[in-house]
Amino acid sequence: MAKKKKKMPGLNTSSTADISFMLLIFFLVTTSMDTDMGLARHLPQPPDPDQEDAQVDIKARNILYIRLNYQGQLSIKDETTQDAGWSEFSELRQRVKDFVRNEQNYSKWPEKHVKIIDLLGRCYVTDKHVISVQTDRGTPYDAYFQVQNELVAAYTELRNEISKEKFGREYQYLEDEQKDAIRQYYPQNISEAEPKKYGGAE
Amino acid sequence: MAAGFKRKEGREMVEMNTSSLPDLIFTILFFFMMVTTMREVTLKVKFVVPQGTELEKLEKKSAVSFIYVGPPTDQLRAQMGSGTRIQLNDRYAEPREVMDFVAAERQGMRNQTDQIISIKADRGTQMGYITDIKEVLRKSYALKINYSASRRN
Repeated sequence: MAKKKKKMPGLNTSSTADISFMLLIFFLVTTSMDTDMGLARHLPQPPDPDQEDAQVDIKARNILYIRLNYQGQLSIKDETTQDAGWSEFSELRQRVKDFVRNEQNYSKWPEKHVKIIDLLGRCYVTDKHVISVQTDRGTPYDAYFQVQNELVAAYTELRNEISKEKFGREYQYLEDEQKDAIRQYYPQNISEAEPKKYGGAE
Repeated sequence: MAAGFKRKEGREMVEMNTSSLPDLIFTILFFFMMVTTMREVTLKVKFVVPQGTELEKLEKKSAVSFIYVGPPTDQLRAQMGSGTRIQLNDRYAEPREVMDFVAAERQGMRNQTDQIISIKADRGTQMGYITDIKEVLRKSYALKINYSASRRN
């Protein structure tokens, strides 16, 4: 009897490795490590129905118009442009940067005024500028996306410039309060006008 | 002496102890189970997202809902035509249905203000569709959006 008890075999676990290998391979195959990427944007609050005609008057010098037609052609227009022809995508970033920065306080680019910002002190900022992106219903999405991409790039470069000057680091490496200060210096004012209704719908 | 030598030569090699191998594999298995995200919808539209340089990663996967925009896939083209369609979950939808979709997605979320809508749209989509979606998103207060894209090198 005693002999029998001693010989009681343990559970054969040699196949556990195989089983878990199978599971592992299954997950290896089904897994998608690719992280989703994209351009993050904030939509403005929906218009308040009580205040139907709350049209804010913006001085003409403060607005930079970016228009995309149904063929994806780009036109950039501010107070300085007389005759808005088509522009190249490659010049968009520089145009936006020059416009928003307005280094020389040029009278046809956004007005500068004194603003006291925490951590930065008295600054001359152009925070009243507006970049107005207008699209047609037929504009290809890719063209619109490239414009958005360039706008974000322009703001990133501007913010990097000022944050390097003031804090000696690029914007993305700053502390939260510092980021906030930079954001007040160069706020992203991108307006996408209410799409025009072309009759028919609702 | 000679016998001892002989016996040594004939002895089998000591086998490696593999009893911890399953544990090891399980650990890797769990790792993959954690990081894996299985696509829960079957795509009914095909799209090539635009390329950009200023992209950010979508961090909180649980707070993200996807809206797919593009022409129907090749298998479905015979029935559905080749016009741009909007896909919510597993079916085609109209722009106005986005509002219900957003509300339904928001239901299960812990922090509802963190909700991000990722728009995966084909490059060739006409802006009219995107604008319609955006208008509805605005009305349903889903203000954080993300234009899905791939990195340009």
